[in-house]
Amino acid sequence: MRREIPMIVAFVAGVIIILEFFVPTLRNVAGQLQKWYLVVVAFAILVGAFNLLRMNYMKVRGRRVDWPYSIVLIVGLFAMTIVGIGWGIGQGTVFDWLFNYLMFPMSSTMFALLAFFVASAAYRAFRARTVDATLLLVAAVIVMLGQVPIGSIWVPSWWPDSLVFLTPDWLKDRIMNIFNTAGQRAILIGASLGVVSTALRILLGIERSYLGEE
Amino acid sequence: MDGLTLFGTWIAAFLTLCILSFLYKDNPFYKFAEYLFIGVSAGFWIAYNFHNLLVPNLIDPLFGADGAFPKLVREGQLDIRLLTVIAGLLGITMLFRFFPKVAWVSRYGIAFSVGLGAGLMFIVYLQANCIYQIWGTVQLSPIVITESATGWHFDWGASVANTLLIIGVVSALVYFYFSKEHKGLLGGTARLGIWFLMVSFGAAFGYTVMARISLLIGRMEFLIDDWIKETLIALGLL
Repeated sequence: MRREIPMIVAFVAGVIIILEFFVPTLRNVAGQLQKWYLVVVAFAILVGAFNLLRMNYMKVRGRRVDWPYSIVLIVGLFAMTIVGIGWGIGQGTVFDWLFNYLMFPMSSTMFALLAFFVASAAYRAFRARTVDATLLLVAAVIVMLGQVPIGSIWVPSWWPDSLVFLTPDWLKDRIMNIFNTAGQRAILIGASLGVVSTALRILLGIERSYLGEE
Repeated sequence: MDGLTLFGTWIAAFLTLCILSFLYKDNPFYKFAEYLFIGVSAGFWIAYNFHNLLVPNLIDPLFGADGAFPKLVREGQLDIRLLTVIAGLLGITMLFRFFPKVAWVSRYGIAFSVGLGAGLMFIVYLQANCIYQIWGTVQLSPIVITESATGWHFDWGASVANTLLIIGVVSALVYFYFSKEHKGLLGGTARLGIWFLMVSFGAAFGYTVMARISLLIGRMEFLIDDWIKETLIALGLL
């Protein structure tokens, strides 16, 4: 029964949400369940944070490699949590200050760092050896050129309208609106069918991996 | 720029440089910023979810000024909001994961969130990502005729664009059809689908690179304008 009852819980919760789409009278029940879902999600994030804390605490206690940095992590976690819960998260709060001067700069620099690695990976991987690779390379170059001012600067003012299809701007728009839309649309349709079938497997109890081991 | 803002700017600049130092090699400054970032991010989401998820959906309905429990104590009335206790209990069951002997209790909270999430995804994905995308494709006309002052005209640009879009979606979907070997007409169509997908991946890659480059430009602007320039101004050198 330790597995069967949770499976029934999952089935009932999911089926009510699906039925609500077809039976509007279930809207109140479904709305309430969705509020409960948000509460459970908040606790799930808490579980993740506790786990992070536990792992780093063990690392400090065992004096394992890089343990001093784990203290930095723990201090950062507690500081942000205490300040946020204790004094609020609105504008002008200490939490807001920590976000603006600690979290935001680090987050955007982390992602900015990827520019270098993406460029280096592209240099190594982008070889026009096959038709497929050439298409990928050409599309990427045109989109990048179309995104920056230099892409349109080289087009002189006297450039005839009849040759507009040779400019990066024009080509980028066509790639994005036609080829990219077609590819993304097919991916979205395929992925959504995958999500729907996985959801059905979960609700019908065929997929049980979320329950863990016995 | 006031003193506190300048102090914050110096901290932000130090952390920015710490992370950029990874371009040289992995080093203690980068590790310091990396661990701090993880800790601060986790703390951010705990506090954010506390105020935006737990307070409005659990704490206020139960313990707020006009919550269900104060009403029960004050007026002796049972309120439908008392059912919110179930949400709290389901959430608390998640914490049982840390106690191996009773870890099975956490299955209730997980099952509820997974089941409800599956129900939501079923509807959302089927409607927005499947039906609407198919609808958006089938309603395209390969022959577009437009009206102008001189009469009706065959719109070559729109017609070719629509035809390519329809061919692209169908051929890329054929590529994802694995129940039959990709040979003959099916193989040729799947091949065309791969080309469309490759152009799509290239475009996505180009966009991602440009997004990262713009973030990098933003960080450089911060270091030059907000940090160096403002510090020089504060020192009276500019």
